[in-house]
Amino acid sequence: MPDLKELYEAVVRGDAKTTQAITQQALAEGVDPLELVNGYMVPAMDEVGRRFECNEYFVPELLISARAMKGALELVRPILTARGDQPLGRVAIGTVRGDLHDIGKNLVASLLEGGGFEVIDLGVNVPPEKFIATITEKQANIVAMSALLTTTMPAMKTTIEGLKQAGVRDKVKVLIGGAPITQQYADEIGADGYSENAVGAVALAKKAMGAG
Amino acid sequence: MHPLIQQLLAQGPVITDGAWGTQLQARGLALGEFPDAWNLSRPDAVAEVARAYIEAGSQIILTNTFGANSIRLGDHAAAGKAPEINRRGVEISRAAAAGRAHVFASIGPTGKLLMNGDVTSEEMRAAFAEQALALAKGGADALVVETMSDLDEAVLAVEAAGQTGLPVVACMVFDSGKDKDRTMMGTTPEQAARTLSEAGAEVIGANCGQGIAGFVGIGRRLRAATDRPIWLKPNAGLPVMVDGHPQYNVTPEEFAGYVPQLLELGVAFVGGCCGTRPDFVTAIRRQLNR
Repeated sequence: MPDLKELYEAVVRGDAKTTQAITQQALAEGVDPLELVNGYMVPAMDEVGRRFECNEYFVPELLISARAMKGALELVRPILTARGDQPLGRVAIGTVRGDLHDIGKNLVASLLEGGGFEVIDLGVNVPPEKFIATITEKQANIVAMSALLTTTMPAMKTTIEGLKQAGVRDKVKVLIGGAPITQQYADEIGADGYSENAVGAVALAKKAMGAG
Repeated sequence: MHPLIQQLLAQGPVITDGAWGTQLQARGLALGEFPDAWNLSRPDAVAEVARAYIEAGSQIILTNTFGANSIRLGDHAAAGKAPEINRRGVEISRAAAAGRAHVFASIGPTGKLLMNGDVTSEEMRAAFAEQALALAKGGADALVVETMSDLDEAVLAVEAAGQTGLPVVACMVFDSGKDKDRTMMGTTPEQAARTLSEAGAEVIGANCGQGIAGFVGIGRRLRAATDRPIWLKPNAGLPVMVDGHPQYNVTPEEFAGYVPQLLELGVAFVGGCCGTRPDFVTAIRRQLNR
């Protein structure tokens, strides 16, 4: 039986190799995959988030831990899918139309995956139609939009208007983020939530799914 | 120290310029349109912005080349035109300056993270080298590596810029962490100052990021960490959206009111970033009784 405490530690320090090795060994020995995820990996990502909030960790450490977690999830997910366990939620994420910046969006996508969400990454310069199609065709529960520029943030508003016109606005929670975004702007355009950083975005998504 | 920097410092604090993108928007640049492409399609409008800053009192103006590296251009319509956009950008600023101001050419980040593996350091180095060379050929007096969040990327840009033999200014964005005094990647002003000096930057600084109040602390820490001259270009705070348009609520006078504090710290170059305009430069000039 592998030391599962070490699984937690490995995710916290971003050690992908050890994270995967322990996960593999534990699964081979019949440990419940959900126990690995909920008992060790998710708490480890919570600890990573806590360290980020207190300035012990910055973006590089977040990315490394999220990557370690993702590697382990790739081993766990097929088992969960096979037995019919659903992910926490399905997120359609993208940088809005006219904006080509993806560093923040990619970081949020990695952390959401690490947090147990299925993430459909629509890339950059995403028109409202693409978000709408992902909601109707892939049953996304959350739309997560990013914009880095003050000049492109109005596209968030047009996307939300597009969702309304297509009649899918009430099927999803809309979360937004990016350097110029504020809570006030989120309220103004009728988004369901805003986070100023990627760690907060995961908490927000969990809350949106009623799991927060 | 490079003779040009020495000459500039000898005249006392140097006033640089303010934001360009918002000025181009005021002249019809569409939301989301790539500003640097206007060096080819609307050079008249770009020249107007340059002239507005010079007339306001800028002793140094930058160039409309912030995003014109081949990685950022990616699959944009202007892809492949990076050298031309850069060269024209310097020529436009030079012609507008007509000897009244120095032209420091802008080099911004690629928009990709090295540690994400989307791009290699060799690719980044090559993109910056191509841009720096084109800016030098256009006749730039110096190169400004600005708005950097990742120290590794900044070092690649500074080294590539240094290859031209022109003096290099290097500045980063300190807007993260609970005290908003680190870059997104966690770099402190002290680490930035040391590493960028070692990479060959003649002038070290900070731009964009939080509003000007926070630049007092950052300027002080940069000043203490290096003997190189310090360059600061703060934002006019964070924007609020009014009727779908971003509005910065800091006035030119409020902004310029912080300048004496920055100069007391020994900051050598002062200007503005997002949200600042030619009237901010005028307000700084008045503050300096010029």
